[in-house]
Formats: sequence, structure tokens, C-alpha cells
Amino acid sequence: MLKENLVLIGNGMAGVRTLEELLKLAPDHYNITVFGEEPYGNYNRIMLSPVLASEKTIEQIMLNDDAWYAANGITLHKGKKVEEINRARREVIATDGTVAHYDRLIIATGSVPFMLPLPGADKEGVIGFRDIKDVDTMLEVARKHQHAVVIGGGLLGLEAANGLMKQGMDVTVVHLLDTLMERQLDKPAAQMLQKSLEARGMTFLMEHSTAEIIGNQRVIGVRFKNGTEIPADLVVMAVGIKPNIELGKAAGLHCERGIVVNDTLQTITDPKIYAIGECVQHRGIAYGLVAPLFEQAKVAANHLAQHGIARYEGTVTSTKLKVTGIELFSAGDFIGNDKTEEIVFKDAASGTYKKIVLQDNQIKGAVLYGDTVDGSWYFQLMKDGTDISAFRDTLLFGQAHLGDSGHNPDTRVASLPDSAEICGCNGVCKGDIVKAITEKKLFTLDEVRAHTKASASCGSCTGLVESLLAHTVGGDYSATPKTKPLCKCTDYTHDDIRHGIIQYSLKTMPAVREHFEWKTPDGCPACRNALNYYLLCAFPTEYVDDAQSRYINERAHGNIQKDGTYSVVPRLFGGMCTADQLRAIADVADKYQVPTMKVTGGQRIDMFGIQKEQLPAMWKDLTDAGFVSGHAYGKAMRTVKTCVGSEWCRFGTQDSTGLGVKLEELTWGSWMPHKFKLAVSGCPRNCAEATIKDFGVVCVDSGYELHIGGNGGIKVRVTDLLTKVETEEQVLEYCGAFCQFYREDAHYLERTAPWVERVGLDKIKKALEDAAGRKALYERFLISQQPAQIDPWKARAEGAEALEFTPITVDA
Amino acid sequence: MSKWIEVVELNKIPVLGSRLIKTRDQSIAVFRGSNDQVFAIRDACPHKGGPLSQGIMHGTTVTCPLHNWKIDLTSGNALAPDEGCSNVFAVKVEDGKVFLQLPLTPHPPLPQGERGRKKKIYFSPSPLEGEGLG
Repeated sequence: MLKENLVLIGNGMAGVRTLEELLKLAPDHYNITVFGEEPYGNYNRIMLSPVLASEKTIEQIMLNDDAWYAANGITLHKGKKVEEINRARREVIATDGTVAHYDRLIIATGSVPFMLPLPGADKEGVIGFRDIKDVDTMLEVARKHQHAVVIGGGLLGLEAANGLMKQGMDVTVVHLLDTLMERQLDKPAAQMLQKSLEARGMTFLMEHSTAEIIGNQRVIGVRFKNGTEIPADLVVMAVGIKPNIELGKAAGLHCERGIVVNDTLQTITDPKIYAIGECVQHRGIAYGLVAPLFEQAKVAANHLAQHGIARYEGTVTSTKLKVTGIELFSAGDFIGNDKTEEIVFKDAASGTYKKIVLQDNQIKGAVLYGDTVDGSWYFQLMKDGTDISAFRDTLLFGQAHLGDSGHNPDTRVASLPDSAEICGCNGVCKGDIVKAITEKKLFTLDEVRAHTKASASCGSCTGLVESLLAHTVGGDYSATPKTKPLCKCTDYTHDDIRHGIIQYSLKTMPAVREHFEWKTPDGCPACRNALNYYLLCAFPTEYVDDAQSRYINERAHGNIQKDGTYSVVPRLFGGMCTADQLRAIADVADKYQVPTMKVTGGQRIDMFGIQKEQLPAMWKDLTDAGFVSGHAYGKAMRTVKTCVGSEWCRFGTQDSTGLGVKLEELTWGSWMPHKFKLAVSGCPRNCAEATIKDFGVVCVDSGYELHIGGNGGIKVRVTDLLTKVETEEQVLEYCGAFCQFYREDAHYLERTAPWVERVGLDKIKKALEDAAGRKALYERFLISQQPAQIDPWKARAEGAEALEFTPITVDA
Repeated sequence: MSKWIEVVELNKIPVLGSRLIKTRDQSIAVFRGSNDQVFAIRDACPHKGGPLSQGIMHGTTVTCPLHNWKIDLTSGNALAPDEGCSNVFAVKVEDGKVFLQLPLTPHPPLPQGERGRKKKIYFSPSPLEGEGLG
């Protein structure tokens, strides 16, 4: 298919965003040509204020450089102004004679500053505030001259004035009315803003109407209608913008204030021509903020890509002032009328003002000054038309006061719903950002900007995005695991899935994935391993273990080492051994030329450097000598460590080694959510370190103290005392019941220590104190142990899973 | 120059699992996807040489058993943010048998030192009908 030609007039934010959206949807549909009047690539025009204030550089605000156009096969005519659109021939003609043919045309010529038609307005040093050229002019004047006058106390005027002040100029802001930013602020907020800017050194002439710009060739002052004069080396006119419609008008497109477009952003005169951005009038409104432009861009791109499903229905806008250190937010109808009510909080001393305008218990508008953290929340409530009667009392105190959360911004961000819009410019919701952070493992603000565009336009939501980032990344440690999905393949939590498996009797992995609408066909290593364990735990006698859903150590029944060889640890029950056993291990080590042997922390002997294909033969020799697998490789019961106890030790109170052997005989082979270690100490001197084990027994003269939830790993945790019992039989029953409760309740890969802290010791105590419940747990444990204690080494030595251990040799 | 060599029956590779193929001079992991799509990749993670054949396969990706790098089996590339590439080999299945396209190496194999300097050979990413690109 021959590609159609798409021409864009106007290399600014709205137009180029349309191209970006289009390239996402239909990258190969058009040959694209762009005309831009300015000699730059596409830059972030709203960030000109920070550039003027020296908080950013031009490089930092470039959005699309030449390489981007080249990479996307776009022909860019920089510094070429389009002079004419010939609709009959479907051609665009630039002043230098460049002609481009179009099948579809986008007009995105933006707006021009409205220059007051004052006498002397054409003098050198009188400018608007629109582009890089204007900023360059201002910076240059600021280096040589002192007095700047900004005409217009609106958003743009104040940002210009702030920037010029930062450049060291004396700045006077002239405003026709008695309140600043009257389109965005009510009187109290405007007064607080004025006071704060005055404190920074800005001068205001309110209710002043300019009569004349005085000077010769260059401006030297401004005269007002009341006859007064002030000196000026630079006059910035920031009284408003008007849509730049000249080109459209000349082409015969219907224009009112702007070029009139329909809901698909096509001009109502010529459907081959789209118009977008500030030059447009849609349903009677011409927008001058960035958020609506981006929404328009999405719709126009969708239509250009011939998807034809999107419609633009107008945008509700909100405003923030980009003056560092001044927090200001406004949205909707913040003045109100006789049908509305208002809730107001004002603390002039601390510089905080909040006003919310309500009608029928819905937010119609809001002005916030000083504390704007809840701006996006109010804005969301307003757009959603939420009935706020239930929390009207505390509405003004913000979202954090809805629940029991604290007061820092992090928790406020945390309490926002996923649908809450964080970046108004680019329409990015909290859910999008969090998803990008977790899925793409983002750690910096710039990465979040690159991936989501959040805070990449005006930057006023930077604080929110940062706290969201801090909260999401930091959440790995602090977030309650209850709310974390099992993995990225599902939105459901470990608990949801474990309960679902039992409740709906989901007995295979595909059944679980289908029931919970998994997002990936075969899951990922995280969920496959977890599901395999959960199913094995729930249906111990029925479930067929899936070897491919086990980490290699459990599949090969050895520990993989960094060179790809394995280690072999035969089980020594309770850490006890005989000379014959040691001799057998030594023989095996000799036979297989084991390069390294070591005694482990769990009182076992580890043989390193074994090739995988050697394992079954080695296991045969070991099982022939009476050994079983030591499970040193598994998320499983590992070892029972003992000290020597009453048989030999002069301090020993009970037979700790004998009990250790019995405990290990009971529990060996059991698959667990994570590795699980036991120890039995013969007396409170605790030589077996039982109080940093998952289940530890400390023998005392009158019986046995049972300790749980200890850990000697990354984060040392001392056990909690579960109970004290009198007989070995009770120890065994408690141990089996505890193992089973952990197996059934903990999340996969959750050691007992964090599990105890998450669910609380009380819950575990309750489950085990109840004799009937304990017995039931113990019995379930015994049932699950029947298949688990079929020695995997012996089975493989006899030929099970032979393919796993047999490489294929090819003579090539 | 290269040739197709029969290496194993498809049903001797576990679904979502792999078999290790040892040729005279290298180890190659052959994976079988859930839809019986077959992939072959040098059995060494670009990170620290971990044996990819021992990793867990999911979709068309394998996770290295040593440090959890994820390697795309169609291209051999590590998934972002990790960077690196392991050679992939053309494979095909005919009559339930898996064929691997291997470069013809001279007999006997090159001495160790020269082998390391051999030009890398890349193959088309299509796992079933790829032809060597030289």
C-alpha cells in the first residue's frame, strides 16, 4: 500500500504530541513532514518560565531532538514558516518556496501573545513571553539593565516577573484589576499570593491601566492613564494569548476565536484538515493550557490512524503556578454563585488558604494556596462528581484524614486511588505510574518521566511523582504484603489465591490461572513456583508436582554453584553420625573425585563440584549406604541441629540428640514456603542456637520450651516462646502442627520470622493452643509427609526423571 | 557453512523445559515452549555464563538460574534493564524430531586459543524456519 502524506504545520507541543500518539498506533501509515517556524526541535514551552528563572536549561526542556525526527522517518523543516495552504491542490507552501503535498494536514500553529495596541508598543525592548527567542531577549536585557515592567498579573505574567526578578532585575507588575490571576484565584488567595511575591521583592501596581510606552527607539518607561510614569528597560506584555488562526483563515477554514473543529479535531470546513492545540476552538472554547492539548492529540491521532473510536468532548482544567516556593492550585468554578456553598479555611500567618465550592454535595471548584497536596484529590472528586456528604466534615483537611493514616505526603499519595490523576498535563494516573515503577523497576524521577511522561511537562506534580516513587520503591520493605499481588502475572494476592485454590478446589496450575484470569499464558518463575507449592500443600496426595515449576536446585535435588556444578549434602539425622557413615561419605568423595568438602552450619557434610550427570550415580552409592537426601537445596525442612544433651553433657537436662533425631525423622522431606530449620538444645545454655531457628526446642529440667520464628540470616530475629510442654510426644505434635500451620498460612518465599511478624504471634498461638485444632494440623502434616518422604535421591538413582540428568551428545 | 543435525525427539524435552546438547566444542540448550515451539541457545548466560538450560522457561524467555537474568530465547538478548546476548541457533521440528542447525566445524576441533577468536555466527530469530545469516 502506498503511504499517505501527512503534513504538520507547527512544530510545538500539541502537534508533535499528535505525531507521537500516531506513531504508537500506526507507525507506518504516513510519510510525515513537519514545518516549524522556530529554528529548534520540539521543546516544552511551559518550562520556559523555569528557564527564565535559571532553574532549567534549554537542553533540559527539549522534548524531541533532530535524532527523534530522523529515527521516525519524519522530514523536519526547521525555521520555515508556512505561508499558504492550497486546499485545491492539497499543498502547503513555505516562505522559502518549499512545497509539501498532503493527504491529511494538521494545523497546530498555537497562539500568539496578545500585544496591547498602545502608542510605542513597537519600540525595542517590548516583547511578549512565548518562545525561546523571547526568553533570550529577556536574559540579555537582564544582564545590562535594571528595570522590567510586566503588563498583566495573570499566570504567565507572574511567571515572567518571577524569572526576571531571579535574573536580578527590579520588576514591577502592572495589572488592570485589583486581584492577581483573577481567572484562577479568588480574592483571598490572590491577596496571599501578592503578599508573598511582594515579600520576595516584586512590586505591584494594581488597577493601573497602561497609556503609553515611552522612549525613542528603545523603551525607557511606561506611562499610565492616571498620568504617573515608571522607568522601564524591558516591557513584557503578558495580558493574554490569542489563537494563531491567520493561516487557517487565509485558507478559507471557518474561524471564530480559533479554527473551529469537531469532536475528532477535524476542521468543520475541510475534513482532510485537522487542527489541534491553542489555535483551535472546540465547542466554543479555546484552551491555553497543556492538558487539553494532549487530550486533543490523543483523539486526533486515533482518528488519523483510522481507528475512529475516540472523541474529544472538552477538558476540565486545573492550574498550578510554576513559581518555586509558591504552592497554588485552582480548578473549576471557584467563585461560586447563589446556588453554591463554600467551605473555607484561612490561616494568613502560615500562608494557607483552602476553599472548596460545593453544589448538591459535589465539588464544583477549589482554590488552594500554601498547601496543595490535596489538589489532585479534589480535582478527581470534582471530575467524578463524587458525593462528598459522607466526609464533608473533614473534606478540607484532605484525603489523609479520611482514614487512619498519618500526615506525611507519602501516605497521602499512598491513599490515592489508582485512578487518581497525578500528572494533569499528560493525563497520567497513579496506577500507570506505579505499574511502570514496579514493572520496569524504575528508581529515578527521570526514568519515571521517560516511561510515563508524568511530570515531564509542566513539572508541577514532580513532588507527587517523587513521593509516589519513594513509596513504591520503598514499599518493597514497608508495604504490607497483604496488598501486594502474587506477581506481575496477576492482580490477586497470595492469600486470595491460596483461599481460591481451596474454596474452588482448583487442583492444577492451569485451573488456577484460568480462574484468576492470569495475564501470562504460562506464568513466570515467581508464580509458577508459588502455585506449585500451594497446590502441593493443598492436595498433597493428588497433586502431581511440576518439575518445570521448580527452581533448578529443587529440580536437580542439589545446590547449583556458580560454575554450574552441584553440591551434595546427605542427611545426618539430628547431626548424628557413625564411623561407617563417615567412611561411606569418604568413599563416595574419593570415587567421584570431590574437590571440596565442608561441614555446614547445620551440622552436615557438603560435597562440592559435582557434575549434574554424575548426581544419580553418586546418589545411588549414598542411598546404598543408607543415606537420604539432605534437602539442603530446597524450600523445605532443612536440618535439625542439636547439642549433645543429657547422654554426655554434664549440664544436659534432656536427650536433645535423641529428640533431634525424632524431630528430623518426623519432618524431613517436607516442602515448605521457604527453608525451615530446627534445633534442639539440651539446656538453656543453648549450644544448638535453638532461639534463632524456625522451630527451636530448649530443654529444661521440667520439660521443653518451644520457640518459633527465629532467623539467623540477613536480619537476625530471636524466636518467640510458643509454649512449654512436658513430653517428647507433645514436642513432636506441636512441631508437626506448627510446620503445617506455617505451610498452610505463609506466603511462598516467606520465612517464619517475617510471617510471625506479619500475622502476629497471637494468631499462631491460638491455632496451636486449641487441642483439637492442633491435632488436625498435625494429622494433615502426617498425611502430607507420606509422599514427601519418598526419598528423591533414591528415586532418581533408580531412574526417575532420567532425562533431567542426561545430556545429549552430538558429534558435530 | 552449516548443516541440520537431528538432536532429540520432541517428546524427550519436557514442556517448558530444556535438554542440554553437547557438541564437540560447545553446549547448547534446547527449550520446548508450551505450544511445542522449540528454541536453541548457547548454554551460557551473557552475565556470568550461568547454564541457561537449568533455568525456568516462561513464554519465550528463560530465567538464568544463577542471578535471575531473563534471556529472550528468540533473539538471545537479555531483557532490559540487563544487557547482553547469547547466540541462538536455528532449530526445526520435523516428524516429531528436533533438528539443530550447526556450523560445520573442521575435524578435529580448533585448538582452544583460536576457538575464542572465531567470528560470531548469528542466526535469524525465527526459531522454526530460520536460515543462517553467516
